[in-house]
Amino acid sequence: MTIVIFKDLKMRIMRYLYVFCLSALVGFTACTTKQKNDNAQPAAEYADAEKSEPSADVKFPVYDFDGLEPLLNKDDNKTYIINFWATWCKPCIEEMPSFEKTYAEQQANGVELVLVSLDMPTMWKSRLEPFVEKKGLKGKVVILDDPKMNDWIPKVDENWGGGIPATLIYNKDKRVFFEHGFTYDELNEELNKFL
Amino acid sequence: MKALKTTGLVMLALLVFAFTAKSVNLDAGYDIGDQATDFSLKNVDDTMVSLSDYDEAKGFLVIFTCNTCPYAVAYEDRIIALDAKYKPLGVPVIAIMPNNTTAKPGDNFDAMKTRAQEKGFTFPYLLDEGQEIYPQYGATRTPHVYLLEKTDNGNMVRYIGAIDDNYQDAAQVEEKFVENAVDAMLAGEEIEVTTTKAIGCSIKA
Repeated sequence: MTIVIFKDLKMRIMRYLYVFCLSALVGFTACTTKQKNDNAQPAAEYADAEKSEPSADVKFPVYDFDGLEPLLNKDDNKTYIINFWATWCKPCIEEMPSFEKTYAEQQANGVELVLVSLDMPTMWKSRLEPFVEKKGLKGKVVILDDPKMNDWIPKVDENWGGGIPATLIYNKDKRVFFEHGFTYDELNEELNKFL
Repeated sequence: MKALKTTGLVMLALLVFAFTAKSVNLDAGYDIGDQATDFSLKNVDDTMVSLSDYDEAKGFLVIFTCNTCPYAVAYEDRIIALDAKYKPLGVPVIAIMPNNTTAKPGDNFDAMKTRAQEKGFTFPYLLDEGQEIYPQYGATRTPHVYLLEKTDNGNMVRYIGAIDDNYQDAAQVEEKFVENAVDAMLAGEEIEVTTTKAIGCSIKA
């Protein structure tokens, strides 16, 4: 009997989840239609990009995880927002304006924004640079180029499954990690706990 | 009598706890040792494919992958190589495309057919129509591999994670996670690394 009841409860929870996801989806499609062309042939796009050599003169610092790690562990008086993203990651692109807006508003309060790009080497010149320029990103863009993901993902946060967008907020006293996207309000709610 | 009632209530509460805890776990997807669900999904050749179709199989490499994710694309040739190596040994690749095709038209069924033909996929490439299978497995990104072992109790999850430790360059791979797991499983040995993590493209709900 109990089993039946709880199966039913589980079904109900699942149903709520579906409804929630569905409504989230409706919100997303509004943004995604704009990038439809982008979407239609990314595989082909990538195949083209594959032929070009990754350029050494990319504008942003390129780190392996050892190189990036100090940026994740500063002990000055600032609060750091570390956002893991990539140009091919649609939810990352969608949340980017919220991060930039928050950074513009909170920079004077000692907040720093670091945008850690996980774009592939073949995309640095062809996609990443044009994107950062077009959007006029003010956050500090760095590239993490370290294929040993299974080694470094748990070092960022042991519960990180590897999904992006993912965001770490920390200062010298505490740190929190999120494996999901943010709205402007959600980001500020979390950030305010540090300020 | 009252004591009996209290004991009954406590036991009920424990039972409730046990079941709710269990269902939360299930919702989050499979752990190592869980029994994986079978499915009936449409293949790019317009037939329906289920794990139960494979009478002779010793296991399966169920791989959630897609057309549009750069990581998935980077691994296509290695997925074909896995199928070539392990299908004859009884562990075929079964690829499932989990994305919402309205949100990602580049992953729709026609695009899947085209990609399978272009790359010469030697394995089924199935559409998770209605997106009901990937949440049960707990797949979150592409490519996301589940190694299943066929047993008398069903298809048991033996490995979850990445194919190997270098998405950029197959020649630079140091640890072939999936191959090591399948080899150990077929040899009846304990699988050393049962879960791995990798950056991937989030599956679009």
